[in-house]
Amino acid sequence: MKTHWHILVVDDEEVMRESLAAWLREDGYSVDTAASGREAAQKATLRDYAIYFVDLKMPGGLDGIETMMQIRRLHAEASIIIITAYATVDTAITAIKEGAQEYIVKPCNPEEISLLVSRIIKVKNLQRENTILRKRLLRQYSVQDVISKNARMHEILNLCHDVASLRSTVLVQGESGTGKEMIARAIHNAGDRAAKPLVAVSCAALAETLLESELFGYEKGAFTGAASQKAGKFEMADGGTIFLDEIGDISPKLQVDLLRVLQDRSFYRVGGSQEVRVDVRVIAATHVNLREAVAEGKFRDDLFYRLNVIEIRLPPLRERREDVPLLAQHFLERLSHEVGKDVREISEGGLRLLMDHDWPGNVRELENAVERAMVTSRGKTLEEEDFAFLAWNGASAKVPKFPAGMNLQDMEKQLIVVTLERTGGNIKEAATVLGIDRSTMYEKIKKYEIPR
Amino acid sequence: MKYLYVAGLGQEADGEALGRIRERLAAEFPAPVRGIELPGVEFAYDPVRRQYRSIDVLEMLVDACPADAFKLLAVTECDLFIPVLTFVFGQAQLKGKVAVVSLARLRQEFYGFPENREVFLERLLKEALHETGHTFGLVHCADGSCAMSLATNIRHIDRKRAGFCTSCEGQLRREALGVNL
Repeated sequence: MKTHWHILVVDDEEVMRESLAAWLREDGYSVDTAASGREAAQKATLRDYAIYFVDLKMPGGLDGIETMMQIRRLHAEASIIIITAYATVDTAITAIKEGAQEYIVKPCNPEEISLLVSRIIKVKNLQRENTILRKRLLRQYSVQDVISKNARMHEILNLCHDVASLRSTVLVQGESGTGKEMIARAIHNAGDRAAKPLVAVSCAALAETLLESELFGYEKGAFTGAASQKAGKFEMADGGTIFLDEIGDISPKLQVDLLRVLQDRSFYRVGGSQEVRVDVRVIAATHVNLREAVAEGKFRDDLFYRLNVIEIRLPPLRERREDVPLLAQHFLERLSHEVGKDVREISEGGLRLLMDHDWPGNVRELENAVERAMVTSRGKTLEEEDFAFLAWNGASAKVPKFPAGMNLQDMEKQLIVVTLERTGGNIKEAATVLGIDRSTMYEKIKKYEIPR
Repeated sequence: MKYLYVAGLGQEADGEALGRIRERLAAEFPAPVRGIELPGVEFAYDPVRRQYRSIDVLEMLVDACPADAFKLLAVTECDLFIPVLTFVFGQAQLKGKVAVVSLARLRQEFYGFPENREVFLERLLKEALHETGHTFGLVHCADGSCAMSLATNIRHIDRKRAGFCTSCEGQLRREALGVNL
């Protein structure tokens, strides 16, 4: 239906304006008219027209070229056809230079104008169809905001759906940036607790005592500054879900407290003697290998088995590379609004570079990379060079860049840091990758003072 | 009772052509058809273009329209134009009351060929249906064989039929149902 497409005819001469509008209406388009450049610019703020017919010579205020520039400031992609009775090469060149899509001399042959309009509308239809198909494709691969066409991810999402309405504890394991919290939200939102709160706590962010009062709340006078009783995250999540991120980092004392909550669904506020009972579903997440931590005596085995009732292992992005273009496009569309830049797509070369990158920081790193490229890019398409910084970051550089003055020890240290990043801090795995044994790896970490 | 009027403009109106139009419109549109004579369109002459302003003709038709007219289709020998285009075969008020068809470019002689009365009359019927269709709110049809398809040259007119496609016919019926004849 052509009536979907709106056309604006701008001409100071009423007969000219209305006759063209009438002719286009007979062709099935919805047509508005404007008697001046100012009126046209004002109408263009209310709607982006598929085509703007603008008369070149309009007395007083804005002429055709100025009107066109105003419209293009509002809609950079506007299709503008400049109409003139006085054809000169200079005006034609100026019009095209300033962004007019076409330039016609009146009176023009009906066939010419009809072909022009249908050609522009055909392109607009294709653009619209393209947008719809992209959105449909994204929806097809998007479950509860998790975007993937990877078979393993789909198995995980199916599992999330199956366990959503159970109260069983879920342990989500995966490298940093793989979307552990998104999975927790997907489980929460798909289950019968969706209407109740999902309370997220990062266990790594807080010191032991702070985390304790954060999780379990405290009684008035429990410690200096505890002026009144305060409910903890477990109480806040009553009826809903608590998401405990970085569970591998909690202290032995908190491990005991947490075990009691999981066993009895009850706890004491800090400084309190009255038992608090809650109905909370626990979803825990960690980027460290908890089995290994148990084997090393750093994590209680009874707590691990309580947490690991349903185990979800999220694959790193490098093991689901087919999702990189989908995710990149998704971030591009979302961020173009947030960043306020009209960037539409990523070039083939850019996508190839993204596909080749190892993504040690996973989906979060990809999101950051797209944002950084958008901020520095000048065009509507993100090109390969917009992602050049990825190579400099070291992880996927095909030709590593070494700063002048770097010695072998510096290089060894950098290699260990990068490998640890890639393995999500898993020392055993990193040692295997580097072809050294674990004790050597520990020695080197100590020697180079690499933070763990 | 409301009538669909077919008007010849000026004294040199082609009686046979007007008769054929009346017959065809009577068969296609749900209203009794009547003939009427109206003055010529000399007032709409543009000496620079050496053509006639079709908008002025439509305005005159609105003023001259009989009170019992449901629609009024006028036919003129004069070559019509709107300012932005080099010519128009005809023009109508979309979903309005009046329409006009020019005979000038429907004749074979205009293109340097010998006269062919049948070809001319066939083209005229198509354009009469087309412009009258616009007064019922029909817009250009994507079906190239339908009388409502857009014709920007004489070849396009020759490619269509002097009839509506099922979709336009359906819309015509719906439009006509909403009108108290």
